[in-house]
Amino acid sequence: MTAASTTSPRGAPSARPGRRFSWAWLGVLPFVIFAFAFLVAPTLYLASGSFQNLSAAPGDPAHGTFTLQNYAQLSQPNLADSYFASIEISLVTAIVGGLFGFLLAYAVIMGGLPRFLRSAFLTFSGVASNFAGVPLALAFTFTLGASGLLTPLINALGLHLNIYSKTALELAYLYFQFPLMVLIIAPAIDGLRKDWREASENMGASAFQYWRYIALPILLPSLLGTVILLFGNAFGAQATAYQLSGGAINIVTIQITRQIRGDAANDPGIGYALAMGMVLIMGITIAAYAFLQRRAERWQR
Amino acid sequence: MTFLTLTGIQKQFGQTYAVHDFNLSAEKGEFVSFLGPSGCGKTTTLRMIAGFEQPTAGTISIGGNDITNRPPNRRNIGMVFQSYALFPNMTVADNIGFGLRVRKRPKDQIRKRVDELLGLINLPDKGGRYPYQLSGGQQQRVALARALAVEPEVLLLDEPLSALDAKIRVALRKEIRAIQRQFGITTVYVTHDQEEALSLSDRVVVMSEGRIEQIGAPPEIYNFPATPFVASFVGTLNLLQATVVEGEAARLSIDGQEIRGARPGTGSGQRVTVALRPEAVELGETGGSNRLRGLVEDVSFLGSIVRTRVRIGDETLSFDQFNDPSMTTSAIGETITVSFSPEATLVLEGRASADAAIEQAIAES
Amino acid sequence: MSRPPGVADAIESIAAARDAKPAAKPRRRAGSLVWWIVFLIGFLYFFVPLLGTFVFSMRSDPLFSAYAVVVDDPQFAGTLFFSFLIGIITIIASSILIVPTAFWVRLRLPRLRPYIEFITLLPFVIPPIILVFGLLRSYSGDPFPLAGTDFGSNVLLVAAYVVLSFPYMYRAVDTGLRAIDVRSLTEASQSLGASWFTLMVRVIFPNLRVSLLSGAFLTLAIVVGEYTIATFLARPAFGPYISLLGGNKAYEPAAVSLISFGLTWIAMGLLTLIGRQSKQKIQIAGAH
Repeated sequence: MTAASTTSPRGAPSARPGRRFSWAWLGVLPFVIFAFAFLVAPTLYLASGSFQNLSAAPGDPAHGTFTLQNYAQLSQPNLADSYFASIEISLVTAIVGGLFGFLLAYAVIMGGLPRFLRSAFLTFSGVASNFAGVPLALAFTFTLGASGLLTPLINALGLHLNIYSKTALELAYLYFQFPLMVLIIAPAIDGLRKDWREASENMGASAFQYWRYIALPILLPSLLGTVILLFGNAFGAQATAYQLSGGAINIVTIQITRQIRGDAANDPGIGYALAMGMVLIMGITIAAYAFLQRRAERWQR
Repeated sequence: MTFLTLTGIQKQFGQTYAVHDFNLSAEKGEFVSFLGPSGCGKTTTLRMIAGFEQPTAGTISIGGNDITNRPPNRRNIGMVFQSYALFPNMTVADNIGFGLRVRKRPKDQIRKRVDELLGLINLPDKGGRYPYQLSGGQQQRVALARALAVEPEVLLLDEPLSALDAKIRVALRKEIRAIQRQFGITTVYVTHDQEEALSLSDRVVVMSEGRIEQIGAPPEIYNFPATPFVASFVGTLNLLQATVVEGEAARLSIDGQEIRGARPGTGSGQRVTVALRPEAVELGETGGSNRLRGLVEDVSFLGSIVRTRVRIGDETLSFDQFNDPSMTTSAIGETITVSFSPEATLVLEGRASADAAIEQAIAES
Repeated sequence: MSRPPGVADAIESIAAARDAKPAAKPRRRAGSLVWWIVFLIGFLYFFVPLLGTFVFSMRSDPLFSAYAVVVDDPQFAGTLFFSFLIGIITIIASSILIVPTAFWVRLRLPRLRPYIEFITLLPFVIPPIILVFGLLRSYSGDPFPLAGTDFGSNVLLVAAYVVLSFPYMYRAVDTGLRAIDVRSLTEASQSLGASWFTLMVRVIFPNLRVSLLSGAFLTLAIVVGEYTIATFLARPAFGPYISLLGGNKAYEPAAVSLISFGLTWIAMGLLTLIGRQSKQKIQIAGAH
C-alpha cells in the first residue's frame, strides 16, 4: 500500500523502494522510542524481575537466578485472596454498573425525558467518570462513614455498612462505573435507528418483541464489551481504594502499593509477579473488549 | 366501494400545518401515488396512514373500519421504508418471516411463505445472507417481501427507490407494480419523481405545501393540469409570458407575435402565462396554426430526443424532436419558425405563481 | 382551486363537525414514567455523596471557613499550580509526539496503524500503579538515575502522564485527521510548494485544533486529579495534597473535594461548548 507512487519525504531525490521505506519509518521513531522507554521497557523490567529469585540476599549466588517461585507464591492465601477480592469487586461493579448504566443511558436518550437532560447528564457523566481517587473516597466517607450524612438513616433501617468493607468500595466504584457505561453505550443506543423500531411495529411486534428480537441482539456486543471494559477499569483502580480503606482492604493494587512502599516482605520478586499477574488479567480484558467492539461495528452501517 | 378512505386529515406542528384537509378515497387494489416536492406533506400523510404520526384532525378507515386511533402494530399495513430498515442482526429469511413470527405462526408455515416470497422477488438463494451482504436494490426487494409476508390490507411505500441507481430504479419499479397487481393490494406510493408516479399509478395525488393540488389519472394530470403548480411540476413545461390582445377571440401576443389560445378568456391587455409542452411544438409550419419566430440558442442531444431551445424576445421555448440520424438539426444562431396548435396551449393567470412554480421545480430537481 | 364550490362547503362542514369531537388522543409512549424513576434514582445516587461532602464542609465554624482556609492555604495554590503546569507541559509534549506520528501513519504507513493503536491502548493494560512501579525500578539507579533528583522526578512524572494521555490524544487526533481528509490537504499544499514543516505548522495543526483541545482537556483533567503516580514519585501535586489534607484536617478535605469536582465540571463544560461549535467529534470518557 505504501508503494511506488508516493514521493520521498524532505524532497529527497526519488530513491530505490527499499530506501524509501526506511525514510518513512523515521517519522514514527520518536513515538516508538518514547513508548519503549517509558512504557514497554519498565514493564519488561518488572516482567524479568518476576522470574528472578530475589528473596536471596544480594551476595548469595542464588540471587537473580531464574525461578517460578514468585508466581508460585501468589497462591499464598493472602495474595490469592487479593486477586479473588479484586476480581469479585470488579465483576460486581462491572455488572451492576453495566446494567443500571445502560438503563440510565436509555432513559436519558430514548425514555421521553426532556431534551436538555440528555446533554446535561452526558456532560456530568464526563465529569463523574473522572471523579475517582481521593476526592471520591472522601465524598463517600462523608456520606457513609462514621459521621456520614446517610449513616443515621442506614442504622435506623437496621443495616450496618462498614466503610472498610468491599461493599462500601463497590458502592464508591459505581460512581465512575455508571458514567463510563453511559458515555460508551450512548452512541450505540443512538445507533438504534428509528426506522427499525417503526418497521417492527409495522410488522405487528410489541415493545417487548422489539427488544427481544431486534434491539437487544444488536446492542449485545456493545453491552458485553463495555461491561468487560468496566471490569478492567475497576481492576486497575488504586487511589480510591487506598483512601477509602486506609490501605487496609486486601486487593491486588493495594498489595502492589505495599510492595513499592517496602511494607511487604523483603521479596521484590513477589511484587513483580503480582504486577505481572495484573497485566495478564488486564491484557485479556482489553483483548476481549477489542474483539467485541469489532463485532458491534458490523451492525453499524 | 372505497377501501382506503382519508377524510379531513390534518396535521399541525405548533403553529404550522404540515397537512391541510386531506381527502382521498382509494378503491381496493388501486395504486395511488402521492407526488410532490420535499416538504409538501406527502410523507407525513403516509406516516399517518401507517400510524407513526397522529392526525390532529380527521379520520382514516380501511375496509370500513376506523383505524385512526389504532397503534401502528395493530393496523395490518405493510410499509417499505426509504432506508430499507432491514434488521441487521437477522438473515434475509428471518427478516421476511419476522411479521409471521410475531403472529406466532408455525415454523413450517413461515418457512413456506418465506420461500414463496424469495422466489417472487427473484432472490431464491439469498435467504441465509445478512442485509449488509446485499446490494441496495436487493435489500429493497427484501423489504418489499417482508412487508408483503403478512398479507397486509394496504401497502405503503415511502420513496423506496430514491436511494438507488437510475437503471435499477426503472427495473425495480416495474417489478413493484407487477407484484402489486398480482396481489391486488391497495397501495400508496410516495415519490418526488414525477416519471415514477406517472408510469406506475392508477391515480396520482399531486401535493404542495400540505395541500392537494390535484387528484387524477396520469394522463389527466399531465394533459390537463388544474393549477400552475401541477402544470410546472409534472413534466417539463414551457412557460411564456404573454399579453391578452382580445380575450373573447382568444388572441394572445408573445413578443409582439400573435397566437391563438385554446378557449376564449377575458381581460384584454392582461398579463398571462402560456404553458406549452415541448412535444406539442414542431419545427417548421406543420405543427399547427400558431407560429412563432425566434433565434436558436442551444441544441441538446438527450439520447432518443433532441431538444432545441429557441429565444423569442425575452422568452425561451424548448421543443423536442425524435432523434433521426438522417435529419439535420438547427444551427445555433439560426432563425427558425416553430408551430403548435391552439388546443395545446394552457393559459394561466398572472405571472407570480408561475414563476414561483418554476423556481420550486428547479430547486427540487 | 380545482374543486367546485359545493363540494368544498360540504367538506368544510364535515370537518367542523369533527372538530367538535375531541381530537385524536395522542398515544403516550408507554413507560415514560419508568424512565423518570430510573433517572431519579440515578440522580439521587450521584447527588447524595456530593451533598454529604457539602454538608461536611459546612460543619466548620464559622460557616464556609473551611473553604477560606483551603483557598488561603499556600499549598492549595502551590500544588494546583504545579499540577496545572505539569498538565500543560504534558499536553505540549504529547501533541508534539502524537500529531506527527498519527499524521505519518495515516499518510505513509497505514500498515503500521494497528500496531501504533495497540501501543496507545497499552496504558489501559498497564495501570498507573504498575507504570509507576516499573518506572521507579527502571530509573532509580544506573544507567538512568532519574528518580533521585527533583528534576528527574518531574521528567518521569511528565513522561508517565504523556503515556497515560496516549489513548485519548491519539484517538482524538486520529479522528480529527480522518475528518479533515489529510491526504487531500497534503497533496494540495505540496502542489502549492509547501515544505513539510510549513504543512505541519500551517495546515495540520490548525485544522486539528478542536481534536487537540478535546484531548488536551481530558489530559488536563486526568493530570490534575491524578494521585498514584504523583505520590510515588513524591511530587508536590494536587492529588497528593488532597490526600494529605484528608489525613490532617477535618472539614477542609470536603471543601477541596467539591472545589476539584467543580473545576473538572468547568473543564468538561468548556469542552462540550467547544465541541458544539464544531462538527468534529469530542470524546469524554475517562477512567480511574
